[in-house]
Amino acid sequence: MKKNRAITIAGTADFEKSPSGIKGFDDITGGGIPKGRPSLVSGGPGCGKTLFAMEFIVRGITDYGEPGVFIAFEEKIDDLKKNFKSMGFDLEDLVHRKKLVLDHIAIDRTEIEETGEYDLEGLFIRLGSMIDEVGAKRVAIDTLEALFSGFMNEAILRSELRRLFLWLKDRGVTAVVTGERGDRTITKYGLEEYVADCVITLDHRLMNQIATRRLRIVKYRGSIHGTDEYPFLISSDGISVLPITSLSLTHQASDERISTGIPRLDTMLGGKGFYRGSSILVSGQAGTGKTSIAATFIDATCKRNEKCLFFIFEESESQLLRNMKSIGINLEPWIKSGLLKVHAVRPTAYSLEMHLSLMLNLIGEFKPRVVAVDPISNLYPIGDDIQVRSMLMRLIDFAKSLQITGLFTNLSNDVNYGAYAFEPTEMHVSSLMDAWLILKNVEGNGERNRAFSIIKARGMGHSNQLREFVLSDKGIQLLDVYKGSEGVFFGSSRMAQESAEIDDQLHKNEDIKRKKRELESKRRLMENQITVLKEQFSRDEEEMQILIGQDISREKSAEKTKKEIATQRQVDR
Amino acid sequence: MPIKPKTHDKEMKKHKAAAGEAWILRLYVAGQTSNSLTAFENLKKICEEHLGCQYTIEVIDLQKNPQLAKDHQIIAVPTLIRKLPTPVKKIIGNLSNTEKVLVGLDLRKVT
Repeated sequence: MKKNRAITIAGTADFEKSPSGIKGFDDITGGGIPKGRPSLVSGGPGCGKTLFAMEFIVRGITDYGEPGVFIAFEEKIDDLKKNFKSMGFDLEDLVHRKKLVLDHIAIDRTEIEETGEYDLEGLFIRLGSMIDEVGAKRVAIDTLEALFSGFMNEAILRSELRRLFLWLKDRGVTAVVTGERGDRTITKYGLEEYVADCVITLDHRLMNQIATRRLRIVKYRGSIHGTDEYPFLISSDGISVLPITSLSLTHQASDERISTGIPRLDTMLGGKGFYRGSSILVSGQAGTGKTSIAATFIDATCKRNEKCLFFIFEESESQLLRNMKSIGINLEPWIKSGLLKVHAVRPTAYSLEMHLSLMLNLIGEFKPRVVAVDPISNLYPIGDDIQVRSMLMRLIDFAKSLQITGLFTNLSNDVNYGAYAFEPTEMHVSSLMDAWLILKNVEGNGERNRAFSIIKARGMGHSNQLREFVLSDKGIQLLDVYKGSEGVFFGSSRMAQESAEIDDQLHKNEDIKRKKRELESKRRLMENQITVLKEQFSRDEEEMQILIGQDISREKSAEKTKKEIATQRQVDR
Repeated sequence: MPIKPKTHDKEMKKHKAAAGEAWILRLYVAGQTSNSLTAFENLKKICEEHLGCQYTIEVIDLQKNPQLAKDHQIIAVPTLIRKLPTPVKKIIGNLSNTEKVLVGLDLRKVT
């Protein structure tokens, strides 16, 4: 009994609730069903009424220490035991431990003749003795309306039913009574008339050939409750009710950044990569490399020794591994070492809600740091926009609350290249995402190339530049695109442009060299000329000197000769 | 006081129950309500009129033996069960509609 917490809703008189122990149900009802009163659960065949009632009893015993009584009108006790064994409820053991009483009330119209007035005191006595047997606090009656097929006198039956509900209340047991859904009424025989406090309907409907179960609280007197139709699931451990919208946005935002595995992308995201616990959308057309981005991110995560869960809807695990190997990403060792778990399943295998539940369960079990889903667009055939969005919102919120980073790829049909036109579905989903990377096919010059850009990245400065996305056997590379007066070039035109530029550069270099050589040779020419001139000059000088010398000596000899002549002439001066 | 298991062992009177056949009838009631008393009176009368010779009526008060309600699959009271002769027959109500009782006990064919 120690775990029996009673929740009081503010603003009402002390109103105790009895937790059902059914996953998610106590959240939407603010604590469970009214304590000490009967509640009605109605629904069509196969909607999970019996399971709801049984889980309420079993969880009451195992989780809240409240013994219980289960009365079945439709199933035999042995069948019940067998059926619930597969759910992990060991009824045999609970009966043995004197915590549970099971009773099958067989009603066979053909063997009963009504011969006058009667009442159902036998049922009350039966119920009372069972309650006393184990000191039951909880009672489940499945399906009470079977009585209507057993007894003709409806007037008696109705007054007895009214008495039964009052009696249950008097006994102070928390009861779940199930009823068959009617055509226009909540139950076929209007049982809801007798239940004042809490009425729940279960529904099982088909949409696009996929069944979805839903639960709605029609009435809950004196208590605040969710009014939506909540999808619920029946899995191997009972019912789980999933709040259709997340209850709150209270998760802690992390400042930690984690690498994308693509160095250039890290640079574009402020140099550090994604925030831990953020959600990332990678959208693009077919064959633009979405899966490769996801695989690269996963590879980087595993390299940091962090666990990673990869949901794939398009390929098998081995196909994924082979394909990723071709771009130099080997995920196999991570799977072997248990860091990576790949969950490959066709989206149409289950309903959307079943997928969500499986995902949440796997995340809960495996405790990864990163979850990737490839691609979310494959969920659209099994749900409409709002449903997929709601499912993703719950998945993302669940991941965020655990600080798990989520990467989601999305295939867009957009065939326009150049202009970035988004589809409405993408717009829906993108608002849930913290970062949005987009890949585009760019056609031109008889080839197709991939362009990459970041549309948004909440909470970080990021590059607004378009990059060319290149897949090679060495993984992903992001390259600058060529931007020129004629527009943006990708692929071989980019390469052509680049080589043209290189040519140009070479030309220019040649030119300079040539001019330098020319100058050099001119200088050399000039120097040569100088040398020649110098030599000429020195030769001239020499000659002149000689001539001068000759002149002088000639002068001298002339002088001498003159003197001699004079002497000869005996000039007297 | 009134309701006690009683055994009647009278000679056969008017009706058709095969001679020498022993009848065992069980009447389940819950305390001494007017329905219980009426049912018992009616049953006694019918038995005397139609069975005459050997019949046994056991009256079981479920309030005293609540466990029997579960063991014997009783919901409505009063409930009359014909244990013998086989097959077992089940009739509910205060047995005031004699015709139906007779049909239910196979003492008269449905007309």
